[in-house]
This record gives sequence, structure tokens and C-alpha cells, in this order.
Amino acid sequence: MIPVAQADQGFDWSFHGPKLVESLGETLYMVGATLVIGGALGLVLGLGLYTTRRGGLLANRGVFAVLNLLVNVFRPIPFLILLMVIAPLTVTLLGTRLGSTAMVVAMSFAATFGVSRIVEQNLVAIDPGVIEAARATGATRWRIITTLLVPEALGPLILGYTFVFVAVVDMSALASIIDGGGLGAFALDYGYKRWNFAVVWITVVVIILLVQAAQAIGNRLSRRVMHR
Amino acid sequence: MSPIIELDEVTKVFDAPSGPVRAVDGISLTVEHGEVFGVIGYSGAGKSTLVRLINGLERATSGRLVVDGDDVTTLSERELELKRRHIGMIFQQFNLFASRTVAGNVAFPLKVAGWPRAERDRRVAELLDFVGLLSRAHDHPSQLSGGQKQRVGIARALAARPSILLADECTSALDPQTTQDVLRLLRKVNTELGVTIVVITHELDVVRSIADRVAVLEHGRLAELGTVFDVFTKPRAEVSRRFVSTVLHDRPRAADLDRLRRHHEGRIVTADVLDGSTLGAVLGSASELGVAFEIVYGGIGTLQDRSFGSLTLALQGDDPSVDHLITRLRQVTTVEEVR
Repeated sequence: MIPVAQADQGFDWSFHGPKLVESLGETLYMVGATLVIGGALGLVLGLGLYTTRRGGLLANRGVFAVLNLLVNVFRPIPFLILLMVIAPLTVTLLGTRLGSTAMVVAMSFAATFGVSRIVEQNLVAIDPGVIEAARATGATRWRIITTLLVPEALGPLILGYTFVFVAVVDMSALASIIDGGGLGAFALDYGYKRWNFAVVWITVVVIILLVQAAQAIGNRLSRRVMHR
Repeated sequence: MSPIIELDEVTKVFDAPSGPVRAVDGISLTVEHGEVFGVIGYSGAGKSTLVRLINGLERATSGRLVVDGDDVTTLSERELELKRRHIGMIFQQFNLFASRTVAGNVAFPLKVAGWPRAERDRRVAELLDFVGLLSRAHDHPSQLSGGQKQRVGIARALAARPSILLADECTSALDPQTTQDVLRLLRKVNTELGVTIVVITHELDVVRSIADRVAVLEHGRLAELGTVFDVFTKPRAEVSRRFVSTVLHDRPRAADLDRLRRHHEGRIVTADVLDGSTLGAVLGSASELGVAFEIVYGGIGTLQDRSFGSLTLALQGDDPSVDHLITRLRQVTTVEEVR
């Protein structure tokens, strides 16, 4: 499967280079798709947790208890285990458990619950007086939830999602080991399995640069939207 | 004048871990169309809860509360939302939307009320001009001073042309100068726009500056209700007296009295000074009676264009003559002998 003769030691740009680029593309695809799907579902779930909690806009003890339990059940499952648990669902949805797209299912599932807590935490920090002021204008709760809550917490939310980005990169590497592609698989197959640490280290550098870039963009965006 | 807000035995009970708390306890009062109505009380007196009952942010536990023709205690949440468009509210901490510009804050209630874009823009400009912040329309609230933030709060509260404005401790976070500016603006809102204002405060100075009538609250109950002048000059409830003493230092306190007694011989009396009380004429006759007097404490101010205050006098002479003078004083004003 893997051409053994070629470039077993050191980083050969002509051989490893294109594979590295391809793996980076797969990682970005998995991470991006997870952030979009898990990010959106996590936002909805986080809004649900925040609005149904005691004193919330839609305070409802029963609904909150169910949502809270759901998050508490799924969030602590180690991702590696979750990958196995989710596999049958992935096969049902996509017909396969292999490849980057298949990994996105498990990653989005895990990200949803992580994101929901981050969203909840940042929304809780909104001054209740601001929400009261909106209610006093006659705004419906739906309008407040859809047009006010996210903008008011946007700066911290962006930082929260940046944090999630790093966690999802971590997940994608783990997913690589099981059945996926991406930088994790690249480092594993061409680096670790052949004891070629030049490949491992270059992968590490690429991931560090990726994370640094994401954090820099996150910091800048959040500063721009925060009017403090 | 006709009532715009009527409270009839309104009670609000909160469930606290330590047991039920009667935050508002059987309050009945009416606010007339076009007046500035003050509600004063110490923190925990229930005044913030009271004002939130009026726009339904809190639901009354019992009683009837009619606002502009509707009993808000019986309205559904949807009906309340529509009702609130006619009731503006401003807050101690301004509670502006940090994510929106000044113009965006003022536009919010108009979006809620479904105003079309063009009319909304026109109304926002008109309001920002009214509060003197047209040039700051595109700034964010964080770029404004406290007084400017409250002006934005007022513009936002007035956006959808409400008939009532609820002001909850709206000057408590401001310095004295800015407080006066904001109160002047509220005066203008009342006189030029005809908006009925309910002012919640723990500062009697605020009530004195703009209110026509005042309700004094203590432990959720109505301790006293009357015109600002009456409550100021003839406070009946102990809590009202304490409030008056915070702004008007015309009456000697216990420590002052001790000092006065040490330094002055004879008897000490405090006489109220109001418009038309002819204290001077009576005192002019003191020497005829063989009584010497000294003014040892006091203060006279104006309230709603009328004078009020008191003077404390040390009277020296033989007892029957001093009694005679006190009798004459009592014919023109209220006199309290403090020794």
C-alpha cells in the first residue's frame, strides 16, 4: 500500500510535499465542516440551555434538565470511544465509516456538545439588564433570542469558537488513526510507522502554524466586534 | 386630569429560600395623565418591583393594575408585549445594547413595533436631536459618558412614542451635575411631549427636582402619598421625615441640640417658615415682652416655587413672657419646643 522503497528517511519534498498538502486539505475540510455543523448545532443547543435555565427567557425546568443531561452524558465520552460508538450511525447516514466525510459525523457530534457549553457560558455573561431593556420595549422572546443574544456575546463567542477550533484539530488527528485522512494519518503513516521523525516534526510545525493562525484571526475578529 | 395608571391593592410575593417575601404589599394609588409621579424608598422597599409590575416585567400576585385602560394583571404575554410598546423604560445602569450603535439602540423598539426603514431612520434622527446626541449616532455606547448613555436610554425609551415613561433609579449612577442635566431632559419630555413619567428613586433631591406628587414606600407598603410640597413640609411618616432630613438640614439633630444647649441659655424652639408666615413681625415684638432671642440654627429653601424651612431660636426671659411669645408664634406657624 505504501511504497516502501521511497523516502524512508528525512522529508523528501517531491514525495512528502504533495501528500502533506493533500493531508492539510483533508484536515481543513474535516475541521471546517465540523465547525460549521457542530458549531451551528452547538449554538442552538447552547441557546436552549441558556434560555431554559432558571430565570431564563424560556425558563423551563423539565426542558433544561433534559438538555443538561444530554450534554452531560455525551460530552465526557472520550473521542476515541465516541468514534466507535458513532460508527454504525455514520454507516447508516453515509454508507461508509471510512474517509474524511465519515469522520465529520463523529466530530460534529462531539463538537455539538462541547460548543453548547461554551455558548451557554458566554451567554450567561450577558448583563440581564440588557435583556430586561429589550423586553421593556415589547420585543418578543423570539426576537431577543434571534437578534440580540448572539450579537451581545459575539466577542467572547468568537474566542470560544477559536478554542473549539483547536480542540477539533485535535479530534481530527485522532480520527485519522481510526479511519480518516488528514495530517494525523500523514504523520502516522509516513512518519511514526516508518520511524521517520522528520515527517512527524514537519507535521507538528504545520499544525502549530495552523493553530497560531486560527488564534490570531480569532483574537482580531473578537476585538473588532467587542465594543467595550 | 384622569388616571393613566391605577393600582388597587397590588401585591407581589416572591418565593425566597427563606420563605415568601412580600416585595409589594397591598399598594393602592393612581398616577394622573401628564404628571411626574415620584416613588421614593430605601433599597429593598419594593419600588423597583412596583415599577416592573406596571409594564408587566413582573406579574402581580394579586390586585388590579390598570394601565391606559387595560388591566395588565390579566393580559397574556403576547398582549403584554404589545402593551409595553406604549410604556418606555430607563434604567440605573442604562442597559444599552453594547453590540449596537447609538442609532441602532434607538431603532430597536421601532423594529419591534414594525416601523418601515425610512420612517425609522427619520424617527431615530429626530430623537437623537431631541436628546442632543445626533452627532454620536454611529458611535457605540462604550464611547459615551454616563450622562450621554442615559440620554440614549431616554431616546430609546421614547422611540415608539410611548404615553408613559418608567424611570428606575435613572440618575443614581450619575454625578450631581449630570443628574441635573438628565432631570432637565426628563422635564422636557414631560412638558413638551406630554409623557407621563414615573420616577423611582432613593434620592429625595430627584423627587424635589421634577415630581409633582410622591409616594413614599417602606417594606413594600405605601407609607405616605401626597404632593411633593406636602410630603416635604409636613411629612407624616417616620420614613418620610428621614428622607426630608437628608436634603434639608434646617432642623438640629440630637448632636446639634446638645451643642446648642451648652452654648445658649434659655429655652430653644424650632419654628417652621412657610410662604405667608409672618415670623419676623412676631419676633419684632419680642423685646416688648422682655424676651431676647437669638437665631441659632435653621434653613429656608424653595420647593415647587414656595418657601419652606425652619428656624431654631434660643429665647431668654422669664417663663411667662417666653410662654407669651411662643403663643404668639404659634398663631402664625408651627412651633416645636426642643427644650
